[in-house]
Amino acid sequence: MEPAQILQSLLNGLAIGSVYAIFALGYTLVFSILGIINFAQTAVFTLGAYFTYALVSGQFSSGVLGGLNLFPNGSPLSGSPWGFALATLVAATLSGFLAVLIERLAFRPMRSRSADPLLALVSSLGVALILVNVIQLLVGAEIYSYPENAYGRVQPAIEFKLGDQILGITTVQVIIFFVSMLILALLGYVIGRTKIGKALRAVAENPGTASLLGISVDRFILYTFFLSGFLGGLAGTLVSMAFNIAGPYFGQPYGLKGLAVIVLGGLGSIPGAVLGGLVIGLAEAFVPADYSAYKDAVAFALLFIILLVRPQGLLGKALVQKV
Amino acid sequence: MTDFLATYGFLLVSMVQAGLLGLSLYFPLQAGQLSLATPGFYAVGGYVAAILLTNPAFGAWRDSLGALMFPVTWLLAALICGVLGVLVGIPALRLRGIYLALATIAFVEILRVVSLNLGITGGAVGIFGIPQAFNFVDRWQYIWIFGPLLVLTLLFARQLERSRVGRAFRAIREDELAADAMGINPTYYKVLAFVIGAILAGMVGAMSAPFLNTWNAKQGTFDASIAVLAFVLIGGSRNIWGPVVGGALLTAIPEVLRFLADWRLVINGLVLVVASLYLPQGIVGALSGLRRARPPRRPGPPQPSLSSSPNPSPSPSPNEVKP
Repeated sequence: MEPAQILQSLLNGLAIGSVYAIFALGYTLVFSILGIINFAQTAVFTLGAYFTYALVSGQFSSGVLGGLNLFPNGSPLSGSPWGFALATLVAATLSGFLAVLIERLAFRPMRSRSADPLLALVSSLGVALILVNVIQLLVGAEIYSYPENAYGRVQPAIEFKLGDQILGITTVQVIIFFVSMLILALLGYVIGRTKIGKALRAVAENPGTASLLGISVDRFILYTFFLSGFLGGLAGTLVSMAFNIAGPYFGQPYGLKGLAVIVLGGLGSIPGAVLGGLVIGLAEAFVPADYSAYKDAVAFALLFIILLVRPQGLLGKALVQKV
Repeated sequence: MTDFLATYGFLLVSMVQAGLLGLSLYFPLQAGQLSLATPGFYAVGGYVAAILLTNPAFGAWRDSLGALMFPVTWLLAALICGVLGVLVGIPALRLRGIYLALATIAFVEILRVVSLNLGITGGAVGIFGIPQAFNFVDRWQYIWIFGPLLVLTLLFARQLERSRVGRAFRAIREDELAADAMGINPTYYKVLAFVIGAILAGMVGAMSAPFLNTWNAKQGTFDASIAVLAFVLIGGSRNIWGPVVGGALLTAIPEVLRFLADWRLVINGLVLVVASLYLPQGIVGALSGLRRARPPRRPGPPQPSLSSSPNPSPSPSPNEVKP
């Protein structure tokens, strides 16, 4: 490989890997508190992208909402980078509330009767099935892409020379990478340095003791779901900026790769999810062009290998079986 | 009667087929192993049959064997899936609970990507024009091969439960360490349970390829894994009738709801959520609970079978949140 190619793959890998990381953090947060994998996260991711699209464009061409135009005079949030950023934030917040709703309807009743955690898996998939099909009913299976001037006047790509090779990074990739890093830093601050984060860690460590110490466990579970929904919705918007919204099922491959990411990094470990996301993103970017059809298997091959070599993941703690 | 069979014959056979796939997941679960690999082995079995029945390389076999070719495909599929089961099972079964489930999801996904790209499996298009088994003219006639397989599998499962092997499975499910200390070799029995499931799934796949007439990578997906898990959990994971009832019902519901058109998948998701919330023991579990007329219902502690791993404590906090 030429050095320029390596650098190009590195940039591509970091951009997509950082999206994997934010997506997987949604899984990780819920897993660390409840010990379950919330498959509805995939649907929240998908909806996040649709929310942003609704705020920026507001035009749907099929489904029950087909022909609707939310903004006959053009969306106030379209046409400038700040407007788009605001739309993304609002969409991510809505996704957060959606995740809270899912927790109330599908997880809390199950927790209160201490049901088998596996049932939570099935129930969360039921929720995902409902959401994805409601999207399909409302706006159809069309591919939606943002209006051309959605971000205002932004240069689409940055090109620079390395020797006699020209490298290109799209602006979207740069945005994805920096937004992801910003969010990860914020999350690290909230969980590591604030009182809320301390309480969250206490609940994750031991819900019973945390509740004896006066921490409202149910409330912090809601916070966790809000955070995971927010991250899911944000990741959905970032991916849709790079690849459009390819129908109601477009989250699914990310949902599956997210599983590989959290296992690779170590279930329940936040730095692990970030590391896992970047490793898988980079590994995919370095798949030689001749084998690009096998790219989607890379994450799962890594998952399989790590489970056999180091089941606790790169940054997870080894589980000791106690008698 | 003929009208009924013409309309619902396909559905009827699909219900039996779903029950069989549920049973294939039930066997490893007997030994406490949550494996979602069933659709992977089902897909492999189907490919084996589809290739043997259509590929010109096997023309001579088909000419000399005639109708015997079909049983030969079942046996070969069983053999290949059995060997594959041993190869995958030995490393994978070092893992427990959700980790094993994720490793088997990875296995299914890797198989899917590989079958999408290989020439012999027909790539993305798959394999077409698979001849009908025994010159069946109607789809319902497949009940003559799926029906006996179901009966035999149920008889086998019942015998197994009463045998030394079945007791070993249950001992491992309840407490692997204790079983090990009592002189039961956990690895041997876990791999055995996994391989029985793999062989069954492979045979069902080999029978399904002529039934569906075409075979492609969509047969073994993550969605299928979860569907089969839902068959078992919603039917009931503690009784051999559970997977059969669950598979039959969950296959029938979308068809019965066909009049709801686009809403039926939404309702299907709702069924999954509501059943996991209100029937934690599964349908069969709830029915046998009724028959025993238990004292006023106060849900007991969760059944240890599924949740005992990866970490034996009921508190759902396998890892703490780290900043």
